[in-house]
Amino acid sequence: MAVAQLDEFVQPHHRRAEGTRLSGSHIICETLLREGVDLVFGLPGGAILPLYHVLPEYPQLRHVLVRHEQGAAHAADGYARATGRPGVCIATSGPGATNLVTGIATAMLDSVPLVAITGNVATHMIGKDAFQETDITGVTLPITKHNWLVMRPEDIAPTIKEAFHLATTGRPGPVLIDFPKDVQQQLAVFEYPKVLHMRGYKPTLFGNIRQIRQAVKAIQEAKNPVILAGHGISISDAYDELQELAETGDIPVVQTLLGLSTLPVSHPLCFGFFGMHGSVYANRAVHQADLVIGIGMRFDDRACGKFSAFAPKAKMIHIDIDPAEIGKNVRCDIPVVGDAKNVLMVLNKELKAQGGARHTEWVDSIHLWKRERPGIKVRHSEKLLPQFVLNKLSEVTKGEAIIVCDVGQHQMWAAQHIAYHNRNTHISSGGLGTMGFGFPAAIGAKMGRPDETVWAVVGDGGFQMTLQELATAVQENIDVKVAIINNGYLGMVRQWQELFHDNRYSSVAMSNPDFAKLAEAYGAKGMRCVHKADVEKTIREAMAHNGPVVVDFVVEAEENVYPIIPAGTTAADLIEEPDLLEQVEETHINLLEGESPALATGSRSNGSKQGKRGR
Amino acid sequence: MAVSANGLERHTIVALLEDEPGALNRVVSLFRARGFNIASMTVGPTETANLSRLTLVVDADESVLEQITKQLYKVIEVLKVTDLSEDKVVARELALIKVSCNSQTRAEVMQMADIYRARIVDVAIDSVIVECTGEEDKIDSLISLLRRFGIKEISRTGRVAMLRGASGATRVLDDE
Repeated sequence: MAVAQLDEFVQPHHRRAEGTRLSGSHIICETLLREGVDLVFGLPGGAILPLYHVLPEYPQLRHVLVRHEQGAAHAADGYARATGRPGVCIATSGPGATNLVTGIATAMLDSVPLVAITGNVATHMIGKDAFQETDITGVTLPITKHNWLVMRPEDIAPTIKEAFHLATTGRPGPVLIDFPKDVQQQLAVFEYPKVLHMRGYKPTLFGNIRQIRQAVKAIQEAKNPVILAGHGISISDAYDELQELAETGDIPVVQTLLGLSTLPVSHPLCFGFFGMHGSVYANRAVHQADLVIGIGMRFDDRACGKFSAFAPKAKMIHIDIDPAEIGKNVRCDIPVVGDAKNVLMVLNKELKAQGGARHTEWVDSIHLWKRERPGIKVRHSEKLLPQFVLNKLSEVTKGEAIIVCDVGQHQMWAAQHIAYHNRNTHISSGGLGTMGFGFPAAIGAKMGRPDETVWAVVGDGGFQMTLQELATAVQENIDVKVAIINNGYLGMVRQWQELFHDNRYSSVAMSNPDFAKLAEAYGAKGMRCVHKADVEKTIREAMAHNGPVVVDFVVEAEENVYPIIPAGTTAADLIEEPDLLEQVEETHINLLEGESPALATGSRSNGSKQGKRGR
Repeated sequence: MAVSANGLERHTIVALLEDEPGALNRVVSLFRARGFNIASMTVGPTETANLSRLTLVVDADESVLEQITKQLYKVIEVLKVTDLSEDKVVARELALIKVSCNSQTRAEVMQMADIYRARIVDVAIDSVIVECTGEEDKIDSLISLLRRFGIKEISRTGRVAMLRGASGATRVLDDE
């Protein structure tokens, strides 16, 4: 083995001293170590060879070889989301670098600290259309928080330090550093900078006290307040503060897609997922609220529908670290710019000092809607419904596993049916909606939190965009479980064609490989589940296996995700699942919600737009 | 406040940015990506080394203007953004106008330039170059008057602007 041979001449060594002359590549590694990096994902190539040449000298810098650079970016992203630490990916110039682009854009939209390192052609060849040359700083300019082309070896250490600082502070985001090949080879005196001097970068971390006091007043005056909890809660580790605010102010909490798992679903003030595929009661709460408190979220169109008609009766408080998010999409009455944790600590203190607030009637009424109106349930069926699979997965994992979703119908079903109990256990590409994200991100999440069970929930479409990383998972023995919700369609696209495009199916049906056999061919464990009765057993068997497992759940082909608020409309236009209440399955989440299906009524808000079920 | 042809208010924004490679590109890319409308853009060095002054003229309503300012601040190299309200600023543009003329019409062109305090900076047998400095209105007006002689070429700079009085858009530097 090549690896064994390397060991003969590579001496696992200690950090090299600062003040000595080192190659650019050594400086990159030394600086990464000082930034606390111990894991990188990448794939070598011509322009990054000098860096890979010295990597074996740094066994404390574990390198995971991916099979496609997009996998490296998503894995680093998954690692970053799961741990809160920056994820690092490495690629060569040209196609290697451009393969990172989707992953970088994904991290940008979801504010993930991702550090991308690319090689480039030698400085004297830049601009000559050299072999595998791409202006990757130009390409990634609008999808990074910042990026750099480093032209001198003495600039390497300060640039990397700046890059990590930018990626991880303020509103986090991806950064890219491009190193021409000769810069990686040239020598410079290595100095790890003690301080940073960035005049143009001063994130606002603490909220304005006058604004916070206004927010307190608004909370006390409100009759029907609601908190919209977003990704910023997990980014700033403000879980305790969110719960404290909810309890002190007696305010119901609904969550954006990336805000899931910020408060346990079992909490009496947690009403879960709102937005396009959120529950009826969560959306109704927002629609009827007289005060909306958005925290660490950006009033995205999938959450809010038609901006001008969003929460029409509400006064708006918006707490976010990025001032540019205030008033960008939805009006704002009380802006508070700052880190969510810092702001909420002060807000809670002020609110407590004022005696908190009580909104018993309002909270009770949402609980009542939850009982009376159809929530998110599993319809009874002899067939294998995708909702049933997700529900069982939640039950078997007790809502404690890390669920890394891909993008599509399965993602929405996971958001609806998995009862997230533990903090930061829901990982998904929310903003960019990147199919192919789920599986490689799950690899990164598992490596970041090796003691936890990690399930990638993917569709048959998205999985095929990055399934080559099975080889990575097998080579590194990464114990990640993959649940393919296989309906033979690009399901969400099919659903939109059914509901909004005259039922005309255009390029959505797929003939798929035998995923179980494919997994076995890669050296992973492959399983297939086609019967409802086998779901639980299959999930347990997959979890009992040590190593990567792929489970192909062959589900009903034409199930739709309900409820749905059609794009560009409001909660008043919400379409509920037709016929749902004929018979409801006694499943985990239904019982958890303490609902009696018999209580529910079959009323629909929009009878003219009845959805159809599998034929 | 001037109103542009599309009914939106016309604003002059000054941004100070560190003179790093790609800094200007970031600003322009931001305007393109977010669909902000630039009427003119002028960039040049300032009284401080490694600092460029960017003067942007944009047509925007209040909420878009707020977004422009906030998004500009997110560009790492941007140190300060100032909206120069037009009643308190000196704003100038420079234009070079190549006008056709012959021995009969040259005197009239020169006279016209003189009225506008413009200068003739080049003379050829069948043309002159007129250099004019002033606000856009003045330059527009001179150009329209010169049209009947035949305009061969126009080169305009876009607006540069500065606050009247002691205060200035570059004060950010004094704070440090």
